[in-house]
Amino acid sequence: MGASHEDHHHTPDPHGRALRLGIGGPVGSGKTALTAALCRALGQSLRLAVVTNDIYTTEDADFLRRAGVLDPERIAAVQTGCCPHTAIRDDIAANLDAVETLEERFGPLDLVIVESGGDNLTATFSRGLADRQIFVLDVSGGDKVPRKGGPGVTTADLLVINKTDLAPMVGADLTVMSRDAAAVREGRPVLFTSVRQEPEAHAVAEWVTGVVEAWAHEHRHAHPHAHAHAHAHAHAHDADSPESSAHDTGSPEPGHGRDRTPV
Amino acid sequence: MSAPSLNAALLLLADSRLPAGGHGHSGGAEAAIAAGTVRDLPTLAAFLRGRLATSGLVSACLAAAACALSAPAAGSGTASAPAGDDAGERGMPSPAARGRAAAGVAGGLLGGWTELDAEADARTASPAQREASRVQGRLLLRTARRIWPSPVLDGLAEAVPEGAHHPIALGAAAGAAGCAPEEAALAAAYTSVTGPATAAVRLLGLDPVAVHRLLADLAPDLERTASTATAAVTPGLEQTVSTVIAPGLERAATAPSAHTADSPPPSPAPTASAWAELPAHSAPALDLLAERHLRAGLRLFVS
Ligand SMILES: Nc1nc2c(ncn2[C@@H]2O[C@H](COP(=O)(O)OP(=O)(O)OP(=O)(O)O)[C@@H](O)[C@H]2O)c(=O)[nH]1
Ligand SMILES: [Mg+2]
Repeated sequence: MGASHEDHHHTPDPHGRALRLGIGGPVGSGKTALTAALCRALGQSLRLAVVTNDIYTTEDADFLRRAGVLDPERIAAVQTGCCPHTAIRDDIAANLDAVETLEERFGPLDLVIVESGGDNLTATFSRGLADRQIFVLDVSGGDKVPRKGGPGVTTADLLVINKTDLAPMVGADLTVMSRDAAAVREGRPVLFTSVRQEPEAHAVAEWVTGVVEAWAHEHRHAHPHAHAHAHAHAHAHDADSPESSAHDTGSPEPGHGRDRTPV
Repeated sequence: MSAPSLNAALLLLADSRLPAGGHGHSGGAEAAIAAGTVRDLPTLAAFLRGRLATSGLVSACLAAAACALSAPAAGSGTASAPAGDDAGERGMPSPAARGRAAAGVAGGLLGGWTELDAEADARTASPAQREASRVQGRLLLRTARRIWPSPVLDGLAEAVPEGAHHPIALGAAAGAAGCAPEEAALAAAYTSVTGPATAAVRLLGLDPVAVHRLLADLAPDLERTASTATAAVTPGLEQTVSTVIAPGLERAATAPSAHTADSPPPSPAPTASAWAELPAHSAPALDLLAERHLRAGLRLFVS
């Protein structure tokens, strides 16, 4: 493609836009519960929006709207036609469209959470959609699950093991889960939660805050020559005023000028 | 069309793995299954034939028209520039071939897109289908603009900011990829049946090989649909050539640098009837199913 002309209308540019955080994991492990917890914990300090990927209709989006943890308008639902993993990994067009629509309507934002539909242990987010990803397991699936591995468990930026309150009931040994997860994750962090008992999931919220701050520090410049593959680390320069520059080019497709409601 | 002249990009465009959001749509199949209309292989076959003969043909026409409007200027900024002339001879009548060198200017810069998009709107009775078509068109265009960068695609995105109808985005993308209008029509006809067929496999658990056999049986109909569509586009194209492209060419000759999507010159829209004679087959049952689907409590697909 023509390196001669500035092609920032087409190339996703991480500069000056919100961090996109994917939350994936098996069915029912607590992804929506964790998303709600993050909205509760971070809603005051960060500018947020959420995209849900529902299996059926708009169940998760409706739950979040009812929970009153975030302005309902800032929650968009994407439908995935039987294939939740396709929508976050192989064909991310609908999710990107939803994320960018939210950023255009409510931007500048600090954090956009994309909750995947419940899927299997191999479902991970494309780097084209999520800048960072959390994989959520729960203890009721059995303490063997971390040992089974799979890309979600091994490569996610954060592994959350939820529903610790159920451990005694299902006979899950948390130390086994912790040891097995550490063995396959090469030092990447693991956090245990019970969103039921602790509705703001403080430890996870703290991790997310750190990631968002690091992201903002690296990318607060709206990059002036946004063609080519602008990698985070290559452009970690000191920024001047983050707010002012972020506003103008909050979307990777600034020339797109779409003007409508979310999908 | 003869095999050696086929453009390989057509395969990419028609592939269900093209990352353009198609997997979330069932082309009415989910609603038809919910209604009990489609429940096994024979009923699926009938559904696909009906869809191809109605909305499939209309989509093929719109895609062919959009491709004819967009192909020639697509070369700029991509490696496919020299394909322009060959592609022009392939499957296109001579007035069209004459206009191809500047048709992209017409489509992208002179308002041809909004007119064609309005024709698509007029042929899509159900608001639910209209929305589904625009969403898919918007997603396809966002993907195509990164794969086959072209001022013509930028122009389409600018001319129809809410999202061009899917067949128009498909035709424009085909043009940008160097395909001929007949190829764009074939891709449109093909995707009009493969989307619902795949959805039926997932929703009914049908034998995927048996469903592909159905699709193979439809192959001659797909080709016939593409030829019919290409022929149907000719009058509209001739009118666009004479009323829009020829004057546009003159202007372009005096100001060659105006050939970018960034600075569209203000200019008259083509006469309203250029594409009015395109086929307008409708399928009321599909319209009703689409409306019902939108209101369904449980659904896996967007449309
Ligand atoms: N006991 C217990 N239940 C929990 C906890 N977190 C979530 N749940 C419950 O687990 C069920 C599933 O939680 P969700 O948040 O909907 O799970 P999900 O991963 O979003 O589910 P899908 O999106 O359908 O895959 C709900 O009934 C929650 O109330 C927890 O920490 N402890
Ligand atoms: Mg959920």
